Amino acid sequence: MASSSTIPWERIRRVGNQLTTPLRPDDYLSLLNPLWSSRELRGRVEKVERETEDAATLVIRPGWGWHYDHRPGQYVGIGVQVDGRFQWRSYSVSTPPARTGRTISITVRAMPEGLLSSHLVNGLEPGTIVRLALPEGDFVLPEPPPEKMLFLVAGSGVTPVMAMLRTLDRRGTLPDVVMHYSSPTPERMIFRDELAKLHDKHDSLTFHQLHTDIDGMLELQDLDEVCPDWRERETWACGPAPMLDAITEHWEQADLEDVLHLERFSLSVGGEAEGGTVTFQTSGKTAEVDGATTILEAGEEVGIGMPFGCRMGICHTCTLTLVKGAIKDLRNGEEFSQPNEQVQTCVTAAMGDCTFDI
Amino acid sequence: MAISDVKEYTHLTEDEVEQIGRELDALRKEIEESRGDADAAYINRMIRIQRGLATAGRVTLLFSNKKPAWVLGATFLGLAKILENMEIGHNVMHGQWDWMNDPEIHSSNWEWDTAQPAEQWKHSHNYVHHQFTNVLGYDNDIGYGILRLAREQKWHPANLGQPVYNALLATLFQWGVALHDLDIERIRKREKDPKEMLRQLKQIGRKIRRQIGKDYIVYPALSGPNWKTTMTANATANLARNLWAYMIIFCGHFPDGALHFTEEELEDETRPEWYLRQILGAANFTGGPLLHIMSGNLGFQIEHHLYPDLPSNRYAEISVRVQALCEKYDLPYTTGPLHRQYGQALRTITKLSLPNHMTKSNQPEQPQRAGAEEEAPRNRRRKSDAERPPRRTELGGWSRGSFAYDG
Repeated sequence: MASSSTIPWERIRRVGNQLTTPLRPDDYLSLLNPLWSSRELRGRVEKVERETEDAATLVIRPGWGWHYDHRPGQYVGIGVQVDGRFQWRSYSVSTPPARTGRTISITVRAMPEGLLSSHLVNGLEPGTIVRLALPEGDFVLPEPPPEKMLFLVAGSGVTPVMAMLRTLDRRGTLPDVVMHYSSPTPERMIFRDELAKLHDKHDSLTFHQLHTDIDGMLELQDLDEVCPDWRERETWACGPAPMLDAITEHWEQADLEDVLHLERFSLSVGGEAEGGTVTFQTSGKTAEVDGATTILEAGEEVGIGMPFGCRMGICHTCTLTLVKGAIKDLRNGEEFSQPNEQVQTCVTAAMGDCTFDI
Repeated sequence: MAISDVKEYTHLTEDEVEQIGRELDALRKEIEESRGDADAAYINRMIRIQRGLATAGRVTLLFSNKKPAWVLGATFLGLAKILENMEIGHNVMHGQWDWMNDPEIHSSNWEWDTAQPAEQWKHSHNYVHHQFTNVLGYDNDIGYGILRLAREQKWHPANLGQPVYNALLATLFQWGVALHDLDIERIRKREKDPKEMLRQLKQIGRKIRRQIGKDYIVYPALSGPNWKTTMTANATANLARNLWAYMIIFCGHFPDGALHFTEEELEDETRPEWYLRQILGAANFTGGPLLHIMSGNLGFQIEHHLYPDLPSNRYAEISVRVQALCEKYDLPYTTGPLHRQYGQALRTITKLSLPNHMTKSNQPEQPQRAGAEEEAPRNRRRKSDAERPPRRTELGGWSRGSFAYDG
């Protein structure tokens, strides 16, 4: 039972539903202020701050239902209407969690072929209403933080680490941190001024910058020079897939994969399922697929309006009901075969014949 | 006489039929690819206007003891209900706006402001009516199991009461629609699965409780001493919506020129032939933009039947192209002013309350098969889903029970 000191929002909402049925009160309130709805998480873009030529930080004020309790390093899904259609991507939150939070920030780099990222960096007007998905991800700062840490980041991979550094800085207890940050040129280095300031402020922060257009990429055999005690440090790495693959291999060779944390922003498909016939129950269509084709791709192939968001297993927009059959998560080999299970279609493939409710 | 083969009826060659199919497919693709910001803005504007009208109506009616407030409030509320049912609910549930990838404007979870649960509507309308349009025995919308609207349907003395049933249906339209998917005819003949019937009845019961509760208990209660006048105003708004929706819907397939088909047409029906059946089986009406919005763009019934899931705001431009196509291939394109179209529907209802030999058909002259005229009206039993061909995908989805109504 709700305590008498708090407002019984649930009861108020139920009464409100009687007035607005078959809609909900939020369907009306959000017309007064787009943020007054918890039916779908929304946010308003307050500011677009340019970081570098091709990157910008979006300061977003979330609406009802947002709790500002993300953990430093987590990402959020952001849905933006482009040509009338909501497109979803996920970006790390770069602001630390705040007790009195009013806004969150994400930092986005415009990718050469990334339609949405270019739109976010160059085309988004302050005042735009966006959709949000709750924070997620395990690439986070542990509580309490370890005594010795190593951050290996490249390009926009700096953003989740920035949230961790800002959190540590705000608490005033920055432990022994070594940060190695690769960027093509000094100009393209996101947060370079802030990082320089943090470096001046905290003796315990060692900051290595590498400008790869000039000095080439970091070779991991040189790591012993850059950070001789890397084996004693808990490590967080975020950057392009080839870099993360190399780091994984290097840490595995040292038998240290337990203290390595990775954040990948592209889907790396591992195991294959065997494929089969995918049936889409309500539309009556079927698709013959191999074990590397995702359910989402299979549905799109035969012309079904599949819901989708990030297409990499993050935002859960693509979730459908698996009526029967078995599918496999291509990222980790996890299998789903419960009847009427809710599954993500963008990262799963058929293991034999299966049926979906769409 | 109902058509058993559209190709034969239209005197088109196999190649011409295929060509019409290709042209209509190309038009669909063109519209699909040009959907964008302006379309999204359109449906969002409609939703804003509709919710604004509803709010204005409800608030005004708190003071319903004053006559002008009663009139104004009932008008706002009636308009809001019409707009919600016609231009928003019906079209959203067809999946016309699913391309926006917006979970708040999506066919899978939209629930509308009328007694019938959305799930049952999507079955009886998107599937049964849109796929089997005007096929005798398959399309339960030919007379809704209450009226005899095709000469091929067997006459029964009970049909003499048609003008009265028609008036009742118009007045109580939302309740008629609510019971439509139950299929009373099959229940009467004990052909309906009792478990499914119970499930549907419970679903309808839940929805009706909330709809009645809102209009006849909660808002009157909020009006305090004005509860009586608020109740009559709400009833009036519902009645206005019933009459309007009934009239618009009866203009879709019952004016002269909208033809019926026999089950032979369904055998091996190709996609282009399905297109032709939609053109021959539907009737448009003419009018200004406001009339089209208030009727959910169903004045473009032909275009809506060709492309049930394309955004309604595009039907006007599609109709220009479809008319040109019909002209090119010498196909009939039935249209006329609203009063004439409804007048024709009313005439047919009245005429068909009598046996065939007492009246003459107003349908256009049709080429006849030898001996067809003498063919006695067949008694066509209504089909269950198991007896129908599987559904086509462009009609808008329906799925059983996967989205329980919780609103």
